[in-house]
Amino acid sequence: MTQLNELTISQAQEKLEAGEISAVELTQSCLDAMAANRDLNAFITETPELALERAQASDDRRTNGDGVGAMDGIPVAIKDLYCTEGVLTTAGSHILDGFVPPYESTVTENLRDAGAVMLGKTNLDEFAMGSANVTSYYGPVKSPWKLDDGKDRVPGGSSGGSASAVAGHLGLGAIGTDTGGSIRQPASFTGIVGMKPTYGRCSRWGIVAFASSLDQPGPMTKSVKDSAIMLQAMAGHDPKDSTSAPIKLPDFAAALTGDVRGMKIGIPKEYVIDGMPTEIESLWQNGAEMFKDAGAEIVEISLPHTKYALPAYYIVAPAEASSNLARYDGVRYGLRVEGDSLDQMYANTRAEGFGEEVRRRIMIGTYVLSAGYYDAYYVKAQRVRTRIAEDFTKAFEQVDAILTPTAPSAAFAIGEKMDDPLAMYLNDVFTVPTSMAGLPGISVPAGMSAEGLPLGLQLIARPFDEETMFRAAGVLESQAGFDAKPGGLEEV
Amino acid sequence: MSLDTETVRKIAYLARINVPEPELEPLAGELNNILGWIEQLSEVDTDGVAPMTSVADMDLFKRTDEVTDGDCRDKVLANAPGGNDTFYTVPKVVE
Repeated sequence: MTQLNELTISQAQEKLEAGEISAVELTQSCLDAMAANRDLNAFITETPELALERAQASDDRRTNGDGVGAMDGIPVAIKDLYCTEGVLTTAGSHILDGFVPPYESTVTENLRDAGAVMLGKTNLDEFAMGSANVTSYYGPVKSPWKLDDGKDRVPGGSSGGSASAVAGHLGLGAIGTDTGGSIRQPASFTGIVGMKPTYGRCSRWGIVAFASSLDQPGPMTKSVKDSAIMLQAMAGHDPKDSTSAPIKLPDFAAALTGDVRGMKIGIPKEYVIDGMPTEIESLWQNGAEMFKDAGAEIVEISLPHTKYALPAYYIVAPAEASSNLARYDGVRYGLRVEGDSLDQMYANTRAEGFGEEVRRRIMIGTYVLSAGYYDAYYVKAQRVRTRIAEDFTKAFEQVDAILTPTAPSAAFAIGEKMDDPLAMYLNDVFTVPTSMAGLPGISVPAGMSAEGLPLGLQLIARPFDEETMFRAAGVLESQAGFDAKPGGLEEV
Repeated sequence: MSLDTETVRKIAYLARINVPEPELEPLAGELNNILGWIEQLSEVDTDGVAPMTSVADMDLFKRTDEVTDGDCRDKVLANAPGGNDTFYTVPKVVE
């Protein structure tokens, strides 16, 4: 029989409602799986006592007939970029040593109010800067997917701990954050569903900021339906984030009708890149065939500025990061490394507290914003960004959704691409354009690589049209019938 | 545009990140690699294109300007390094 931790959120909800299982049993099952699989390094902080306490409270609500929330009793993992009241929050960085937020982020508060049970805080690339979860101060995360070559695979990044936790059934779902692909690319690498909502759909309040015009929270789940359920509980306007959209939420799960007849799915010709493995191209073609079989119309489209999205991103994101990360100065929280003067204390703290990739991006960001270079780099990149957004606007005059590969490869081994930042950046070549345009995107597991690792396909929709995205994703999911299981897990 | 070690030293100062002298040159190399790759943006015709200022096509939500929080000194100071219950502390800045 299926272990409780292997259930999807919607399956667990049915069993909880029917009284077949308790939230405490469900939570304990996840805690046991977490304890048996610590080797994955998916969590920075586990919160078993808090989890069981909240699970018990959920069971009590059900027993007493009190109102239950949309995610009542569902155990989930939280990326350690969300501030959680009274629980260590690190952003995967040494510089936040010992930081215990006195407040809760809006998204985790929404989940808590919906009755969800937090299992712990998941590992991530430092400040969400990375595509392999290898830049964390708390060490790399391993994917539960293993091949018989003995090498550990990366789970992708930056939400790598959340991805491994969901793929490894350590939680029923998890939340990540996506700046340039940090939910979708790890979802593709680990065979799960990862979605980035439209910029503004979820509040960013209480999330450790990386690049404010790009960051967006999103769910990482075992199914498309779970993704819709979780987004429903996370999203909504928040007066504490003026960029969160003051619009009413649709019923996301209701959009999963399974019907895409007459829907127009765009295939952007620019998403074929040099050196892309042929298996990615075949996966993509298969995906298009699946939509055709389901009655959708495939339309070739052009997004001419695609190749410029990544270099523009590597101006905009580091620029915003250099401003956001200026707050880490050793004065108000986290690490302090003493110095002879105030300036020396800042410089020593930041040199020791930030890892190599974060320092590199702060330096790039500082340079492109510095006097004399601002127009040439930053303003130019923002103009290119307008071009990228226009490409999508034009494409969506022709189509309802766009289908692309999520990542240009399957997961690689831990240690690869470490000494070449540009090779690492290329992991996000298919996810960054969506981020630059603020559009919703979802990665759905759609097949396996020849060597036996999962591969995802991405669906992109119009701003605030997650419903069409979910509808298409649901069909892709059922057509692809992805049911492979990772081999690198310890049984409880 | 190529960075020399002098420029890297200046950026490191602006970013308040201590970079030891022997690391300046290798860092300049790394940053030049990235900036060289970014140069391809010059191929894009952006004449007359407005720089993007907001990715979402909406007006920012405005709230009433009123105090909604406060009286939480202890919470604010709870995470401060440097040891003092009522103030943040820094090295002496005024002689």
